[in-house]
Amino acid sequence: MEIHSERHESRLRLYPEGEMTIYQVSELKPALLDALAHSDEIELDLSAVSELDTSGVQLLMLMKREALATGKALKLSGHSAAVLEVFELLGLGGWFGDPQVLPAASLGLGRAAA
Amino acid sequence: MSLDLSEALQTFFAESRGLLQDMEESLLILEAEPDDTEAINAVFRAAHTIKGSSGLFGLDDIVAFTHKAENLLDKVRNGEVALNEGLIGLLLASRDHIAGLIDLAAAEMAMDADTRKTGEDLAARLQACLGESATAGGPVSATESVAQVQGGVANRLESDTWHISLRFGRDVFKNGMDPLSFVRYLATLGELTHVATLQDGMPAAAEMEPECCYLGFEIRFKSDADKARIEGVFEFVRDDCELRILPPGSKVADYVGLINDLPEDNTRLGELLVACGAVTARELEETLAVQDCEGVRQERVQPLGEIMVERQIVQPELVNAALGKQKDARNRQAQESRFIRVHADKLDSLINLVGELVISGAGVGLMAARNKDGDLTEAVSGMARLVEEIRDGAMHLRMVEIGETFNRFRRVVRDVSKEIGKDIELVIEGEGTELDKTVVDKIGDPLTHLMRNAMDHGIEPAALRAERGKPVKGTLKLNAYHAAGGIVIEVSDDGGGLNRQRILAKAREKGLIPDDGDDMPDGDVWKLIFEAGFSTAEQVSNLSGRGVGMDVVRRNIEALRGTVDIESHAGLGSTFRIRLPLTLAIIDGFLMGVGDGHYVVPLDMVQECVELDPGRDERRDYINLRGEVLPLLRVKKHFDLDGRTARRQNVVVVNTTGRKAGLVVDELKGEFQAVIKPLGQIFANVRGITGSTILGSGEVALVLDVPSLLDAAVKDESRAQAALI
Repeated sequence: MEIHSERHESRLRLYPEGEMTIYQVSELKPALLDALAHSDEIELDLSAVSELDTSGVQLLMLMKREALATGKALKLSGHSAAVLEVFELLGLGGWFGDPQVLPAASLGLGRAAA
Repeated sequence: MSLDLSEALQTFFAESRGLLQDMEESLLILEAEPDDTEAINAVFRAAHTIKGSSGLFGLDDIVAFTHKAENLLDKVRNGEVALNEGLIGLLLASRDHIAGLIDLAAAEMAMDADTRKTGEDLAARLQACLGESATAGGPVSATESVAQVQGGVANRLESDTWHISLRFGRDVFKNGMDPLSFVRYLATLGELTHVATLQDGMPAAAEMEPECCYLGFEIRFKSDADKARIEGVFEFVRDDCELRILPPGSKVADYVGLINDLPEDNTRLGELLVACGAVTARELEETLAVQDCEGVRQERVQPLGEIMVERQIVQPELVNAALGKQKDARNRQAQESRFIRVHADKLDSLINLVGELVISGAGVGLMAARNKDGDLTEAVSGMARLVEEIRDGAMHLRMVEIGETFNRFRRVVRDVSKEIGKDIELVIEGEGTELDKTVVDKIGDPLTHLMRNAMDHGIEPAALRAERGKPVKGTLKLNAYHAAGGIVIEVSDDGGGLNRQRILAKAREKGLIPDDGDDMPDGDVWKLIFEAGFSTAEQVSNLSGRGVGMDVVRRNIEALRGTVDIESHAGLGSTFRIRLPLTLAIIDGFLMGVGDGHYVVPLDMVQECVELDPGRDERRDYINLRGEVLPLLRVKKHFDLDGRTARRQNVVVVNTTGRKAGLVVDELKGEFQAVIKPLGQIFANVRGITGSTILGSGEVALVLDVPSLLDAAVKDESRAQAALI
């Protein structure tokens, strides 16, 4: 699990890559909270998250809650298929409130769209 | 396409009959133990499945009626309607009606006026029971009283949507479980209409351990699965998870109970449930308001505690029930996978083929023996052993336990004892005894006659029983066991026994016996009741006593190559003992030669063979077998056969039902697997022969009917003795 980050003035873009599961969360939590503490606006690009389990979801929920509590903006973007599947199952899309772009394949368009 | 559907329809009929059978058994269990939740569920499931499947085939009459029964069963299952004898009677009658409807559908016949009338009557009675339940009181608890205040209005919600409330334990991740996977699995059993993920249990960021689970889920779940199935999903996290399941149609009050029960803030949960569509905002407000009022009025502000108490009462049995159910569900699945459904015709043709194989195997064996080819003989004997195993295996496929047939009589006994107002208990033994499916199918009717007869005439009315110092409750016993290559089925009662005088009087009146037959042995007297038109009952009842029946019973049993005899003791009861051959197709036989012909007796009956002393008197029809008098039956003389008489004759000692006799034959040929072919109509009146079989050489051998031959031997003997005197 690697987190790449880019900073544009006050806005921090995080790009975690790989699995977001019980094996990574204890390492991820301080990193993500630290990033949150030092920025006002964070975009979490989930497009490279290959796997998400309950502990990963829980961590994302913690981040969102902390952001709300401290008046900061946390935006999730680029949800990967793995993330979308979990959000869909647990009805979390609305809870995070971020626009989700469904991949063409899941809409059954597949090759035609490409 | 239409073919597929009609096949599926046949499967539906077969399954429905099975389900109705289960339903009847469960209802009878419930009659004894009204609190057996597993039985209630089984009844409900049966009705539910029949309704669902008949809907698929567009059998609207069945759907409409079953739906009404199911409604009532649902109430019973939720504990809103208490089961009592009347209700079980109604449900049994409903079951019968459904069975009638299914039979009509199977015969592709329209409903006749009578059936329709019955259906309407039953529907009205079911409706009446449903109506009563709305006002029925129950134990008063906080939630109950709320439910009553709510009345029948708006307290039932969507019919097939479950509400599942999950709170995972802290350590669930550490134990290697991912709660998500359980939700995913749940989704395969139905449709998750709404999932709310709760993070309220999560502490502030600093204390939050990312490797602990703080999440909870509120799930609306649309499915036909039963509670055991849903609980089964979470079996692996049972220790790490608080699981609450509200069945479809739970009352608003139940949800209020759930809200109070859960750790999260009540208002928040309330909103959540409203969001899920579990309850509407108005219902929730009203219920909460009512509950508050109650609390104030009773000066108790802890509805929570009360509900906790209620929950503690409910919990242990819930858990036990859940555990039991899970085990059952697993057993059921295991059993389902252990059985396959095979068309009876396929089995029959297999058995036929095995029969032919046995015959041609015997032919090869004969040839090998004739050619005196050692290697071939050895190979043939190896093959013969395998053929024998195949034969046994194939025959075994047709064997079924008689228990199922026996259990059907619980209903008969229940109904008849109600009808004639006698308290009768049915005791079943030996239900594991196996016999041929065709025999099982055909024995049902004669057994029913015997049972009814025993209940109607055998067992005395309660008053008379008390007078005779017997327990008021009569006992009827069905028993089955294997004996001497056959099966014995006993129907015994502890009633008054057969009345010798009355039977004799009646027999004389009918001209069945001469006037001076008073010294007839008991066994012969009892046999008279099997004569056509014989009935000694003074009252002709609905059930028996019309003089048809007993002769039909005898004929049915004889058609199965069986016999029936009676043991009766005045004042103590009587036992009807039916003996049947295990199978109708292939037997291990003992081949004998008499004159130029071949004869076979079942090997199980043969006890020993001895040589007949050549110098003995031809007229004496008995020998001294180690100090025992053994009556002899000279087969050649009995069947009036031609042909040369062998110089040395042999006696085959046969034993059946405790009687012994010697068959005098010319030649002993040893063991032989006989494929029994029935004799044609022309030979229907030939006594002493039950069938024929084909030998390996292509010759025909006759299968001797030993019991009837023994009768003859005994008669000959007594005649001989009379002659001596």
